[in-house]
Amino acid sequence: MMNNEHDHDHDHTDPPSDLELRVKALESLLVEKGFVDRAAIDAFIDTYEHRVGPRNGAKVVAHAWSDPAFKQWLLTDATAAIASMGYTGFQGEHMVVIENTSQVHNLVVCTLCSCYPWPVLGLPPVSYQSSPYRSRAVADPRGVLKEFGTQLDDDIEVRVWDSTSEVRYLVLPEHPEGTEGWNEEELAALVTRNAMIGVETAKVPEDMGGHDERRP
Amino acid sequence: MNGVHDVGGMHGFGPINPEPEAEEPVFHAEWEKRLFGFRFAVGALGKWNIDMSRYARERQHPADYLRHTYYENWLAGLEKVLVETGLVTAEELATGKAAGLANEDIRKRVCKAEQVPVAMAKGSPATMPLDVPPRFKIDDRVRAINRHPTGHTREPRYVRSCVGVIHAHLGAHVFPDRSAEGVREGQHLYSVRFEASALWGESASAKSAVYVDLWEAYLEPA
Repeated sequence: MMNNEHDHDHDHTDPPSDLELRVKALESLLVEKGFVDRAAIDAFIDTYEHRVGPRNGAKVVAHAWSDPAFKQWLLTDATAAIASMGYTGFQGEHMVVIENTSQVHNLVVCTLCSCYPWPVLGLPPVSYQSSPYRSRAVADPRGVLKEFGTQLDDDIEVRVWDSTSEVRYLVLPEHPEGTEGWNEEELAALVTRNAMIGVETAKVPEDMGGHDERRP
Repeated sequence: MNGVHDVGGMHGFGPINPEPEAEEPVFHAEWEKRLFGFRFAVGALGKWNIDMSRYARERQHPADYLRHTYYENWLAGLEKVLVETGLVTAEELATGKAAGLANEDIRKRVCKAEQVPVAMAKGSPATMPLDVPPRFKIDDRVRAINRHPTGHTREPRYVRSCVGVIHAHLGAHVFPDRSAEGVREGQHLYSVRFEASALWGESASAKSAVYVDLWEAYLEPA
């Protein structure tokens, strides 16, 4: 029905699903009743689609790798240290940063819903929201890590952090070797979203195609 | 409640099949995006808190909860709190037609676009002052109490009756079990370390531990 109503020229072969219609109807209802302002809705979307995301967290990690005093602050008062870089707000009001070392690997999950540190990582990926991840991360973390291609030595302790409160956890990945002289922007490129959830380790310089090639 | 949202340790969901990070969009459909935005905007009216919102999602039929994606569960939860707080009637939801408009009190609180950056940066802290000293200290052995409240709780089933050690005191935080009932009450919150073997017995992953944030009412000395 709706396909016939609009006349722009790109192809719409699929009719909108019941879900799309239900969401559209609810938005219209809330606007009509005067509960929400469409410009505010757009601003919320724009914030999380374009401004807040895992590049924020990568900058925090790169800064910690470069500055021992900042790293110490981050590990003792993560909320304040992260706020000093301008990252605050919903789902990041109470931050704790946990450090990966040669002895310990940390992994974050929320078994009860999908709590995730939005100001530094943005919205959670589908894998993090999924029942397979939420059910198994606490009971079979080594199996979960393998599914992300992360193989840990048997003597490394795995610590899983279940985000059951409003405290949000961010993993500080281990600083890879071979980055002497790199600036923070270059270091941040090694820090993936998955490394800050703890399902992977940070990239290594070899993954980036060599130091010289990274420079413009 | 012993709901199906409490999936920690369950079997049978199959592989995770993560999308490659570099290719994964923030939203996977236009409707997810719109829902995300207007849920935030209507939430800013302050008619419910995060625990009421979680409890609304958890009270879906277990089969529906598991079948739904993350954002479908958000939608189901939002519809429920909208009706329960009286913002929208069941009939309005069904027909999509407004039977009444926002009153003056609500209109004053509608979030404007220019307020969004400030609201986002401020967030909604869960800590609160508390006169009572914490009952437990670091390294104390504690047992997660075997409790099965029918209301909202953040004590996952897989830790109940298990013994762990206090790793950190996280301050006094809003207690979710009461918060879901609309009562803002502070309680000491701890990070508790459980050895994997204490939780999973013989099937525990080698050399691993699980840290769970637990409120004082969930814990007893062990």
